[in-house]
Amino acid sequence: MQICRVVGTVVSTQKNRKLEGAKLLLVQPLTLDDTPRGTTLLAIDSVGAGVGEKVLVVIEGKAAGMALGRKAAAVDAAVIGIIDAVEVTA
Amino acid sequence: MQLAKVVGEVVATIKDSNLTGLKLLVLQPLAAGGEATGRTLVALDSVGAGVGENVFFVRGREAAFPFYPGEPPADATIIGIVDHWNTDAATREQA
Repeated sequence: MQICRVVGTVVSTQKNRKLEGAKLLLVQPLTLDDTPRGTTLLAIDSVGAGVGEKVLVVIEGKAAGMALGRKAAAVDAAVIGIIDAVEVTA
Repeated sequence: MQLAKVVGEVVATIKDSNLTGLKLLVLQPLAAGGEATGRTLVALDSVGAGVGENVFFVRGREAAFPFYPGEPPADATIIGIVDHWNTDAATREQA
């Protein structure tokens, strides 16, 4: 899983049927010190996250489909948690 | 998934039989600000997208799912046409 920041929302009328009703969020992966790493991704939201929040994202098809609750859905990333705090001690 | 702009089409006469009748489009992935990012790629189309449109696409095994019960050998498929997207520059900076 990846720590990301929600940076935007996407609106799409014409989309795959399995994605109907799903909320789409633009997320920017972060390093542990909160600097952006890599390019922005599109993830479905299963927890009610909003722009500006730090979230936990799965970037794997099967896990994302489970988060959406639909089998064989064409998704490869999903927001599965809103992060309160990250503590790195080592 | 990722945002992308459709920048071209690919025509292939000789191809895997499971790809028959499917449209192949050239995509340029986009970052949140709309600027091009990363390498272009070829993706299947499952929503009727065309050149010049902004779309989003799925990568990996799930790229074959929109064509079920067909099983095209694809690693990227367009699954939606983007009406618009909203980002806040300040939030992008913060990220």
